[in-house]
Amino acid sequence: MTAVLVLLLLCLVCGALLGYAAVRFRVEGNPIAEQINARLPQTQCGQCGYPGCRPYAEAIAAGDKINKCPPGGAATIQALAELLDLEPEPLDAAEGEKPPMVARIREAECIGCTKCLQACPVDAIVGAAKQMHTVIAAECTGCDLCVEPCPVDCIDMIPLAGSLQHWKWDLPLPPGRLIASDRERAA
Amino acid sequence: MSDVKLWDFHGGIHPPEHKALSNRTPIQPAPLPARLILPLGQHIGAPAQPIVAVGERVLKGQTIAAASGRVSVPLHAPTSGTVSFIGPQPYPHVSGMLAPAIVIDSDGLDAWAPLAPCADYRGLAPEVLLEKIRQAGISGLGGAGFPTAVKLAARPQGKIHTLIINGAECEPYITADDRLMRERAAELVAGIEILAWLIQPEQVLIGIEDNKPEAIAALQAALGERPFGLRVLPTKYPSGGEKQLVELLTGQQVPSGGLPTDVGMLCQNVGTCVAIHDAVLQGRPLVSRIVTLTGEALARPMNVEALLGTPIGELLAFAGLDEARMDRLIMGGPMMGFTLPSLEAPLIKTGNCLLAPTRSELPPPPPPLPCIRCGACADACPASLLPQQLHFFALGQEHEQLRAHNLFDCIECGACAYVCPSSLPLVQYYRAAKAEIRELEQKQHKAEHSRRRFELRQERLRKAEEQKEAERQARAEQAARAKALQTESAALPDRTAPLAAQPSLAAGLLEQQKKLRIEASMAQIALKKAEKQLAAHATPELEAQVAELRAAVEAAKKALEAVTAAAPPAVPASNDAALKKAKIELAIKRTELKKAEKAGADDAELTCLREALASAERALHAAEEASDKPAPQLIRTDKRPVDEKLRTLKTELAFARADLRKLERDEAADPPALESARTRLAEAERKLAEHQSE
Repeated sequence: MTAVLVLLLLCLVCGALLGYAAVRFRVEGNPIAEQINARLPQTQCGQCGYPGCRPYAEAIAAGDKINKCPPGGAATIQALAELLDLEPEPLDAAEGEKPPMVARIREAECIGCTKCLQACPVDAIVGAAKQMHTVIAAECTGCDLCVEPCPVDCIDMIPLAGSLQHWKWDLPLPPGRLIASDRERAA
Repeated sequence: MSDVKLWDFHGGIHPPEHKALSNRTPIQPAPLPARLILPLGQHIGAPAQPIVAVGERVLKGQTIAAASGRVSVPLHAPTSGTVSFIGPQPYPHVSGMLAPAIVIDSDGLDAWAPLAPCADYRGLAPEVLLEKIRQAGISGLGGAGFPTAVKLAARPQGKIHTLIINGAECEPYITADDRLMRERAAELVAGIEILAWLIQPEQVLIGIEDNKPEAIAALQAALGERPFGLRVLPTKYPSGGEKQLVELLTGQQVPSGGLPTDVGMLCQNVGTCVAIHDAVLQGRPLVSRIVTLTGEALARPMNVEALLGTPIGELLAFAGLDEARMDRLIMGGPMMGFTLPSLEAPLIKTGNCLLAPTRSELPPPPPPLPCIRCGACADACPASLLPQQLHFFALGQEHEQLRAHNLFDCIECGACAYVCPSSLPLVQYYRAAKAEIRELEQKQHKAEHSRRRFELRQERLRKAEEQKEAERQARAEQAARAKALQTESAALPDRTAPLAAQPSLAAGLLEQQKKLRIEASMAQIALKKAEKQLAAHATPELEAQVAELRAAVEAAKKALEAVTAAAPPAVPASNDAALKKAKIELAIKRTELKKAEKAGADDAELTCLREALASAERALHAAEEASDKPAPQLIRTDKRPVDEKLRTLKTELAFARADLRKLERDEAADPPALESARTRLAEAERKLAEHQSE
């Protein structure tokens, strides 16, 4: 009898403690969504079907798939899989992974309608009404949200030019996994 | 020298030196090329910005591109000629990519621009001296190409106590520094003196490997009695690495991820010292460098002093290149150099060696085999890393582990790959992993930056939307209030009702009044109910209750009265409806008065009406004042009563004028009639004037 009472008391005390802690140490926002958001490429392109990276992060936190981000590609999927302890899946996109792009306005054709300015999620386009617009290439995330609203179709998405600064060594092929005839070619 | 203590660093290897191939002949001047390609980024840091235009004639030593930013150096024309092109040109890089460059067509004169030599640099302020070195375009000539002035100016932790001059030249094949020390020892010592004066270190140490006895002897002779410590190092690769040299000479280790300046030391290459001597004492900017041309595919391996921008093919041709025998072309040494895809790239500031080996001399590495975990690489690593672990982590792209195992302390010396029995291209793994990590970091940085920009934009849009919403709401509220007041005044049919008499009550007061009225009527109702009950069956409790209720009704009435009194009858509300109402009131009062006057009402009634009119007028004034509108411009013209005589006179005048006009218009009118009409008009005018002046 006393044991039951003691256990009951213990349960009540622990429950009260937990209840108090839940109220007292309540975490603002969703910390998982926050961490997921930090791993997304922040292009705000909406290709995942959500209006921006944060909504997608929240959707992932609520159980959506992690392979819907074409700009992030395999690296982002890998990072998310590690964070959430999931199996990495192949990218779920028709065109597959795209190389990093940058928008460029053919300035001679720009009519200064400011539609692309309103579409750009990171304010990477400068211009004013009836004035020519131009893209700040360093700020452009290559989301191509500005292409659609342009009434004269003067915005091109061009692949980011490879430069010496961005060149990198390739990882050598793992040894011992080649048959003898291929080794010659790999060497 | 043998009495001086030297330390040792971990690992290291002893590859065949092959230095005798090129160090036997003196430094030759390379032939003047017809066309020079000068890449804008020949150093670590921001590329220089061109300051010349295509077609411009330049002199040797003239600045053709200015430094952009702090970590950058300017670029000078290596010979006189004409700028023929500015744009992408071949660059000495393993990828074979093009890089922005200035192309100069040489005019063959090699005419110098006026120079500003400075014999007494000790009279200059350190900043001025540093600026001279910076403006001479000097970046480290040992291989890395870090801007020298930046290195000299950066002292993160106070003073530099040891200046180290690097003459180790540990990599096989390369003899450029060897020949330089042999032939230009005096200039080298002068350059070291400039550095020593600039930095004021406690000691200056010069490290040379013991496989260069001629250079040691020449430098010894040039040093004389100067207090610079010449240290002869045992030959071991890579003793010329900055951190390894620091450890060899002082026994101190540079902390992981740090620089020699973190332990109060500064390293400079001997070639850089000579360039500083040239820049300060002779005023000559860096336009040429000594480069070793070596390898068995060359007929005459040697060291040349070549102008920067000289195409590599021309240099090799000068050394007698047999292209058929050359297996590949390596820029730098066999350990740390890289293969060049073409001979068109130019010589740049960091190019210390061009190696053209035959296939038998440097055979291509055999296909790699799996790691057998022998540990030879760890024994050879001069940075005390674990190369095989790093290799596995690189294969698995485990970036966290790579960092934890100090990948970024790897100097890419190639000692591990040299000793690897499985011929694993270990350095390539590290280079790829480093590049990958840096790229990810950059991406992360960019994502973070974009996120911040996106959030700021969202915030801005939200604020704009909020402001719009607030404005809209304010407008809607104003409209609603105006409408409410209008309906209120329209809904009151009886002007004489107490509430209608005070339409211009302030909103707050009105509200209070309403509330009090409701309270009062509710109290009244409660009282009546209680009274009924009392009438039905009288009990003392009910009586007391009724008394209480009565008191409450009294109190409520009093409160209502007080509030009503507090609001003066003409308390204006700032709205048009009140104003309109007051005006209507006034008009009604006025017509009432007039009616009464006409009807011949008695004096008492008239005074009463007059008073009412006056009070209505006052109410209107108050309402006018209270309303935001400016008071109407009241121009009170005192109309004099028109008497009978004046009227007749004016009529007469008008008739006379009309007659005259009529006659004047009629061309057939006879003159006497016209004349008489004029006299009549004049007469009428005179009479009127007479009457008015009376």
